[in-house]
Amino acid sequence: MSTSANLLMTLPEIVLAVGALALMLVSAWGGQAVTRAVSWVSVAVLIGAGIALIGPASSGGEAFGGLYRADAFAAFCKVLIYGASAVAIILAPRFFTRTAGDDLRPEYPVLILLSAAGMGMMASASDLLTLYVGLELQSLAAYVLASFMRQDTRSAEAGLKYFVLGALASGILLYGISLVYGFSGSTVFDQIATAYSATGQSLGLTFGLVFIFAGIAFKIAAVPFHMWTPDVYEGAPTPVTAFFASAPKVAAMAMAVRVAIEAMGPATDQWRQIVIFAALASIILGAVAAIGQSNIKRLLAYSSINNVGFVLVGLAAGTEAGIAAVLFYLTVYVVMTLGSFLVVLQMRDAAGQPVETIASLSGLSQTRPALALALAIFMFSLAGIPPLLGFNAKLAVFNAAVGAGLYPLAVAGFVASVIGAYYYLRIVKVMYFDDPAPEFHKDGSVAEGGLIAAAAVFVSPIGWVLLAPLGVLTLSAAHSLF
Amino acid sequence: MIGLTHYLVVAAILFALGVVGIIANRKNLIVMLMAIELILLAVNLNFVAFSSYLNDLVGQVFAMFVLTVAAGEAAIGLAILVIYFRGRGTISVDDVNRMKG
Repeated sequence: MSTSANLLMTLPEIVLAVGALALMLVSAWGGQAVTRAVSWVSVAVLIGAGIALIGPASSGGEAFGGLYRADAFAAFCKVLIYGASAVAIILAPRFFTRTAGDDLRPEYPVLILLSAAGMGMMASASDLLTLYVGLELQSLAAYVLASFMRQDTRSAEAGLKYFVLGALASGILLYGISLVYGFSGSTVFDQIATAYSATGQSLGLTFGLVFIFAGIAFKIAAVPFHMWTPDVYEGAPTPVTAFFASAPKVAAMAMAVRVAIEAMGPATDQWRQIVIFAALASIILGAVAAIGQSNIKRLLAYSSINNVGFVLVGLAAGTEAGIAAVLFYLTVYVVMTLGSFLVVLQMRDAAGQPVETIASLSGLSQTRPALALALAIFMFSLAGIPPLLGFNAKLAVFNAAVGAGLYPLAVAGFVASVIGAYYYLRIVKVMYFDDPAPEFHKDGSVAEGGLIAAAAVFVSPIGWVLLAPLGVLTLSAAHSLF
Repeated sequence: MIGLTHYLVVAAILFALGVVGIIANRKNLIVMLMAIELILLAVNLNFVAFSSYLNDLVGQVFAMFVLTVAAGEAAIGLAILVIYFRGRGTISVDDVNRMKG
């Protein structure tokens, strides 16, 4: 295959990398003054990368001798990743101008672009080397983003915790990769799969599998490797938290799916036990630990742990329907989460400073009825109550689990999701039935209001019209893996 | 004769020491950075040993990538450590507790 054909398949990553490097230079020379311009150009670069997905980048197959794969699965994940990254850039400027001390610097959108390039690599990796480099590109940018508010000690602490535990996770993943490489003799997914399907499999391969899944569990914040999540989500600036809860989750799940299906498909029975344990533990712990929280960002952190559990239920099925359910769940989850964080961004006291307590939401239905309605929709949807789209997502993963014969998992997950509903409904109760707290600062931007409305409409019953096209897309994306 | 197993055992010991260094260390955040470095070097030892054993270059290429990424990782870790120290005036692990719950 010619070099130009290879490059065409990786066009989205090239657009992002070149765009990020050019904007890095612009921000180095322009300084604070060019922040707005760099932000909007970054969004344009993300859109450009999305457009670049049309053509060989979404259907070309293997590039660079099996290092990189451009298929429908990668394209679907990348659309989600780029969309979530663009939203994270759009909602940042207002937050940073309101928060005392640190103004937004132009490096913020640049770091998001670099992170998006890394996430694209993770979704397209068909070799452990590409996977590792993509993961590190995403993680290194994310560590800096977490500690972006340099004067804020909570932000620095969040960055520090994220860095130490993220680096440990990378190390564990890497140790697993080295074992898999040594005992299978290759880092290409297809050849690893051949090694796993050979009879008389060595202990080293099993150890490698366990280490790799432990590393992945860290990155997607699945129990028992979730402990960094609440602290990092609480300490990081809210737009960054919104970003962490959306795009990197999709990328890490895409990576997990690729490793599980393409590289370790023949060893499904081995990783299924790990995934089932992580899924149930995440669902239960995410639900129980969230009950006592008083900080909304911390609560959403536990909510994301809880949701990752449901995504893992789809992965545990290991079938085409399961992977399609994973993609569908991720789509709905990203919209619900970004919507919730957009509402959190509107929570500002009279002086315009951000507030994060759940108590400050009291009586929101009387002071800001539209905002309260939007958050109520997101909470009902996250709890999985029909007719909202969150219900369809949960239904899809449980259907896949039942289809794969995992009845106990489906039943246990179903019961645990009822526990989870409690804390989501508590927020609705606080907003609608408690005495009003001091009113929030009213200066909502059109862009943020529009995004909240769009997200709320998507998860509302109106979103059902999207079910059929989404079903086709997720199925064809999942089909490209098998 | 020193064979593959010896290298793997040394790497496993180094890896375990690195993990223990992160989990058990209660004093100093710099020690944590050193422990992370130890983990990555243990992995590199694994890669190079396997590469030589399998007569396959990929392992050595991977080791070069890991070294490069480790350099970037250390730079970012130290930068975060510096802004943390500026804000709090300490790098003791026990003091990293502004958020709990």
